[in-house]
Amino acid sequence: MKRIVSFGILASTVLAFASPVLAQTIFVSTQLRPIEEATVVREELLQDVGDVDYVVEEPPQFAVRMEAERQAGKHTVSLVGALHGELSPLADKNALEPLDDLAKKLAAGGMPQAVLDLGKLGKPNQQYIPWMQATYVMAARKEALQYLPAGTDVNALSYDQLIEWGKKLQEATGQPQIGFPAGPKGLMARYFQGYFYPSFTGGVVRTFQGAEAAAGWEKLKALWAFVTPNSTNYDFMQEPLAAGEVMVAWDHIARLKNAISASPDDYVVFPAPSGPKGRGYMPVVAGLAIPKGSPDKAGATKVIEHLTTPDVQLLTASRVGFFPTLNVKLPEDLDPGVALLAGAVTATQTSKDALISLLPVGLGDKGGEFNKVYMDAFQRIILRNEPVGDVLKAQAATLTKLMADTKAPCWAPDAKSDGPCPVQ
Amino acid sequence: MTNDRRWIPYLLILPSVAFLALLFIVPLVQTIWLAVSDNGALSLANADRMVNDINFTRSLRNTFLLTLMVVPVQIAIALVMGSMVAKVGRGRETILWIWTIPLGISDLAAGLVWLSILQNTGYLNSVLFGFGIIERQTGWLSYQTPVALFFAIAVAEIWRGTAIVMVIIVAGLNQVPKEFREAAEIFGAGPWTRFWRITLPLIRPALQSALILRTVLAFEVFAVVYALGGRNFPVLVGEAYNWQNQNQNYSVAAAYAVLIMVISLAATLVYLKAIKVDPERLP
Repeated sequence: MKRIVSFGILASTVLAFASPVLAQTIFVSTQLRPIEEATVVREELLQDVGDVDYVVEEPPQFAVRMEAERQAGKHTVSLVGALHGELSPLADKNALEPLDDLAKKLAAGGMPQAVLDLGKLGKPNQQYIPWMQATYVMAARKEALQYLPAGTDVNALSYDQLIEWGKKLQEATGQPQIGFPAGPKGLMARYFQGYFYPSFTGGVVRTFQGAEAAAGWEKLKALWAFVTPNSTNYDFMQEPLAAGEVMVAWDHIARLKNAISASPDDYVVFPAPSGPKGRGYMPVVAGLAIPKGSPDKAGATKVIEHLTTPDVQLLTASRVGFFPTLNVKLPEDLDPGVALLAGAVTATQTSKDALISLLPVGLGDKGGEFNKVYMDAFQRIILRNEPVGDVLKAQAATLTKLMADTKAPCWAPDAKSDGPCPVQ
Repeated sequence: MTNDRRWIPYLLILPSVAFLALLFIVPLVQTIWLAVSDNGALSLANADRMVNDINFTRSLRNTFLLTLMVVPVQIAIALVMGSMVAKVGRGRETILWIWTIPLGISDLAAGLVWLSILQNTGYLNSVLFGFGIIERQTGWLSYQTPVALFFAIAVAEIWRGTAIVMVIIVAGLNQVPKEFREAAEIFGAGPWTRFWRITLPLIRPALQSALILRTVLAFEVFAVVYALGGRNFPVLVGEAYNWQNQNQNYSVAAAYAVLIMVISLAATLVYLKAIKVDPERLP
């Protein structure tokens, strides 16, 4: 009797774990993780597309899970949704199915070729299908506008004007009012790679340690006098903005959205400042990919096709604030907060001095260490007040080694290179 | 028959030994190999990267400073609490229960509790503002206020970790026979003398366990620091976490893990040698 009972328990346990694998298309995503957003995906975006199990995973755990499944050769995940930089290590290990047929179809269906090409990750075959895009903008509480230096257009701000504005805000309120997401989970590294370096030097890797870079860092030091020291604790700027701790902030649109959607009348949203070389900005792309060994390729393909239809792309924009990768016009009745963010994105892209900076390509699993080069320079120069020249020289050596190890060629806005991108 | 019997104890402990070997020793060996190898060959490259990283010296210094500050204070507080509760008759269990509440809270939750007190918009600033001591929000946890940040983390750690020390010390105090104290009292020893000459020597084994446990845990401090200090207050485990999670360099993370293990083992050894326990009093 006992034996039968224990056999029964064993069998039911096995079934409990095994059955979802057999029945459903498992879709693991590092994007749209918060419960409200995940619910939108499950109940609205993935409706009428069959039995899909939408599972969210933090980026580091995602990397570990994919690597574990690859090494074990036992695949449960049929479809992944992740950022460009998170998919790059998988493509590097040849762990993704080529999606060229799908890419051809989407190119015909109105996805810009430049966006589609990002999904090649520098390889001959399509590695992922661009799913949604976003970028970084600045947001300010409307009270702060009265301190804007005279004659300044907030949509065409320069670094000097931002510094002047920060100074006036500090004089008026008694404390620094500008904030950056420089906390442990903040996206500050992207500020340096997509905004600071392109704006001041016109490059990211090649121009890392030149005289223009040094001048930029001096400018940032001047700005930092009016940046709240709590910035090194901020991960999502929507929280300090909503709490009234800062009045002006730079961050990813998805990390500003809650504050702005909650009270769209209280905020202005505008492009990041421009430097001597232009107004650097970095589009962020999340992609959909099918891992090699995926147990349900057909189901995964169906989900990709569904998520890249114009209707679902527009629904995604209005419900979660990520913008379409397809060339479609946003509807008029957009959520007012999302409309504000969309306005700033358009203002950035169409500004006269806009300078696009692409996401790093070809770094494989060294993306984290690449970010560390910039964040270490930031910590040493800005937070610890070490001499700019020495720090840049030391970090440039680390960067040179990193580029040599990964053999990654330059990406825009750096000029193309034959071999690994050189640090000049 | 007797021959067979000799194997029984070994047979009985076999599952636990196998379990530990599988889930502890194998990963340990793998971690050490990860730390001292580079592309499959023996190398000190990871240790070199660890030592030359901008946060290494600071994390090492912060971890040691925190341990040196937190552990003695916790032992002292726990001794006082234990001695106080020893005099209590009714309600002793209730008091002990209340004192051990922080034990039931996870590290990170404890960190977040203190964050809600100490952050800019936190309770501390509200109270200070209410009394007119400060005019506007004051930051206690930023890189510009390293001393306040250090004390904030130390206080949070002391609040969270004293209960475990106290539980061990109370257990030790319960073992001290009443007769010794009564005899000392008859011979005219004051409370201070009784504490130094009788109680303290007799609770040595408990003190040793408490010190080892607490010091090892102090070297592994992470969640409270992460919640309060973020990147402003690097500690060793936090750096291991950063190398693993953010920089995705498992080898340097392993080097940190091995370093923490070596430090913990060394501390344990020091306590075992420094606090001699009478062999007869060992269980």
